Amino acid sequence: MRIPYYPGCTLHQKASGLDRSARVTAAALGIELVELPQWQCCGGLIPQIREAYMGLLAPARILVDAQKEGDRLLTLCTFCYNTLKRADRILRDDPESRRRIEDFLEEKYYGVRVVHLLEVLRDEVGWDSVRQQVVRPLDWKVAPYYGCLLLRPYKEIGLDDPEDPTIMEDFLRCLGCTVVNFPAKTECCGSFLSVTKPELAKECSRQIVQKAAQTGAQVIVTTCPLCQFNLDRFQGDGPTSDGRYRSVPILYFTQPLAFALGLDEGVFFPDQHRVSPQRLFSSPTKEGRA
Amino acid sequence: MSVAIQREVEQVDVFIMGKRYQVPKGLTILKALEYAGYRLVRGVGCRAGFCGACATVYRKEGDFRLRVGLACQTVIEDRMYLTQIPFYPAVKKTYDIEQLRPDADTILRLYPEVTRCLQCNTCRKVCPQDLDVMRYIAAAARGDIAKAADLSFDCLQCGLCTSRCPAEISHYNVATLARRLYGRHLAPPAPHLTARIRELTEGQFDKEVAQMRALSPDQLQTLYAERDIEPEELVPVSKKDED
Repeated sequence: MRIPYYPGCTLHQKASGLDRSARVTAAALGIELVELPQWQCCGGLIPQIREAYMGLLAPARILVDAQKEGDRLLTLCTFCYNTLKRADRILRDDPESRRRIEDFLEEKYYGVRVVHLLEVLRDEVGWDSVRQQVVRPLDWKVAPYYGCLLLRPYKEIGLDDPEDPTIMEDFLRCLGCTVVNFPAKTECCGSFLSVTKPELAKECSRQIVQKAAQTGAQVIVTTCPLCQFNLDRFQGDGPTSDGRYRSVPILYFTQPLAFALGLDEGVFFPDQHRVSPQRLFSSPTKEGRA
Repeated sequence: MSVAIQREVEQVDVFIMGKRYQVPKGLTILKALEYAGYRLVRGVGCRAGFCGACATVYRKEGDFRLRVGLACQTVIEDRMYLTQIPFYPAVKKTYDIEQLRPDADTILRLYPEVTRCLQCNTCRKVCPQDLDVMRYIAAAARGDIAKAADLSFDCLQCGLCTSRCPAEISHYNVATLARRLYGRHLAPPAPHLTARIRELTEGQFDKEVAQMRALSPDQLQTLYAERDIEPEELVPVSKKDED
């Protein structure tokens, strides 16, 4: 199946590993991600005020361009997913917003279904099919981490239960992983506070990593470039003040998928990790190396 | 006895900075300005559509749209309202190109305002060169320097994009930075240029230059007239097209 694909700026830059591993794993599962012929920043956030129409222009322009390529649009960055999906919802549900945006863009908007690769795997490929294509089952102990924007606000995103989601757990079990019970999985990593108040973001991120470490998880798996960045980067600054500290590598969900599917590409991006996940990829797996 | 031939030249109304003038139909905006008595010191340059000095904003009667053009390339229309934008005080950074890396961090450090872009596309709508300004800014902001350089290659730096930008981005100066980064750090080196520069610095042509400097103007003119010219068929087709 062919799905129009919006990478977003971060996947072009600091999170190029997520882009690369998503493309190769999707291809291996029979999904061709067709990058939009031209695209620009989605704006990163949806305006919190109904009348702030200017803030809707960036995501609306992407959606208007995407509808020329198909009836849905796949994206991977959690910020892009949240922004585009909510913009689509506003344009569909609020006639005044749609009228103003269409008027300014001088284009009609008919609606594009914004999807995340995780939901395509769940709803279209199917967990059984993913499980059957695994050639290298992973005996990892994994903490799934969702963060905020992949699930919230539920009324507008509707991907999974915002308080106790299971889509990532279901996905990881298909790969053979043992999934730990991880109550911090929907806590906030500190988000953009890593720029303006790094001490706060560091505290948020470290608490999440330490809670994962206490469960015995060997790795945290996430979908979001900013969560990956915050959780990973703030570990490199040495032990916490209470002295209890164990580093945990942070992977994008597509990396274990690439490894489990037996792919050579899309597994490990040495320059994108401060806490190296390398030992995960060199440990023997349940059925040995493929 | 001579007969004066009177030819009727149709006159049209143009409003220059709000004042009405009657000028002959068919003039460019630049010529209309001069016909009306303006002596242009700024807002004029090459008169051939290349230098970008004569950016002009205009509106046609009965239309809300603000349109733009180069005064030397745009023909006046009846009831046109216009003004020139000879200079725009946009932010322009100084830097040592050797010290910069061709990536997003460089762009964001020198021109952080690019992240304020709302994708309104006004910059593209006003570009007299019809460049995809919004997308070269997007390319620059995500570190795709080669694409930003390519998309902005025909920029004349007239500044109209910046004059209309709600995010106050200095598009044309970002574009200049992108092209400099591309030229210095990304474009493959041209071996023939390096070789020729070495020949020049080693003084291989000093003798010929000295001989020429000693010639009289008449001798130089003769030399010029008798010079070897590349045969026509050796000129690449694309080059001919450009000429």
